[in-house]
Amino acid sequence: MAEANKSLRVDVMRSQLGRVRGLGAAKSGVGHWWGQRLSALALIPLSLWFVASVLHLLGASHDAMLAWANGPVTIVLLICLVLATFYHLQLGLQVVIEDYIHQDAARLALLIAIKGAAVVLALACIVSVLRIGL
Amino acid sequence: MATFTLPAHSKIGQGRTYPAPAGAKNVRSFKIYRWNPDDGQNPRTDTYEIDLADCGPMVLDALIKIKNEVDPTLTFRRSCREGICGSCAMNIDGTNTLACLKPIEEVKGPVKISPLPHMSVVKDLVPDLTQIYAQYRSIEPWLKSDTPPPPDAERLQSKEERAKLDGMWECILCFCCSTSCPSYWWNGDRYLGPAVLLAAYRWIADSRDEATGDRLDALEDPFKLYRCHTIMNCTETCPKGLNPAKAIGKIKQLMVERQV
Repeated sequence: MAEANKSLRVDVMRSQLGRVRGLGAAKSGVGHWWGQRLSALALIPLSLWFVASVLHLLGASHDAMLAWANGPVTIVLLICLVLATFYHLQLGLQVVIEDYIHQDAARLALLIAIKGAAVVLALACIVSVLRIGL
Repeated sequence: MATFTLPAHSKIGQGRTYPAPAGAKNVRSFKIYRWNPDDGQNPRTDTYEIDLADCGPMVLDALIKIKNEVDPTLTFRRSCREGICGSCAMNIDGTNTLACLKPIEEVKGPVKISPLPHMSVVKDLVPDLTQIYAQYRSIEPWLKSDTPPPPDAERLQSKEERAKLDGMWECILCFCCSTSCPSYWWNGDRYLGPAVLLAAYRWIADSRDEATGDRLDALEDPFKLYRCHTIMNCTETCPKGLNPAKAIGKIKQLMVERQV
């Protein structure tokens, strides 16, 4: 989007209505909004389960820890937790960036960077879960 | 980035003090933002000491008294003086409200008055509303229906259908809410803001309107609608006691409803 189009100042000839309509509605945003709420809901039981499990394992031996990590339920729930966490994280960071970063190039670069980082970090976590668990 | 400090030409300096007349009984000072586009000066805060014993009860009464009796250069919008025209919206004592509905007695200490926040200023307390009016125009705030009205009759609504418009038709477009919204401050050029979204929902909720889907299509946008993060400043500040945040929530709900 051209910078003049975004200017709050009335210093170009284009009509206010033309500027306000801009490029039209992007026809997106619902998925982001809904996904953020669903992942937040999913994170409530998953986080509680994870914290309870870790507390339960306080002072446990290495073998007991591995026995927990080898359980199929543990593996599935941990992967769910990782997916929900990083999905929710990148959605939330996207909101912050869209709110505060107004230069198009910087905003796009940051959005790509956080989404890419979320994918890489989530994959690293999942591979770790699988390597310990399987 | 969003800007958190004022540019050099917008920094507010100390202005003149207009002392109360001799023999004043109940003096209250009004600290008012002043800026004149023609004199090349920075904005300043002028202090007017007013005798409340000789002044009407509302902040607007004091502003009119100042303009009539103390300083005719003070510029502000006002018309109906009873909370129905929306002209005298301004920031009083840190909150956006209508000067005509704000009793002076509700303010403790000096009454600080500035224009609606984060808008371009035309002069003194007069903000530039051309963009926000254009945003209002962009949601097409009129009835759209392909079905012609019954011959020689109105389009009818049941009482229940009519009740869905309560809490929205009362909006007077003073824009206290939009200019109190941080999301509107940071992204006012793309985010429509609470006042305009409340108006959009007023037409979405109207049983006589047949363009609901088109209206939702036009709002389905990360910036036009989804910059609302339910901060609730809009609802908190509305001088008419309306709830724009709830109306925006209803729009978001309909966006999901038509997908599932």
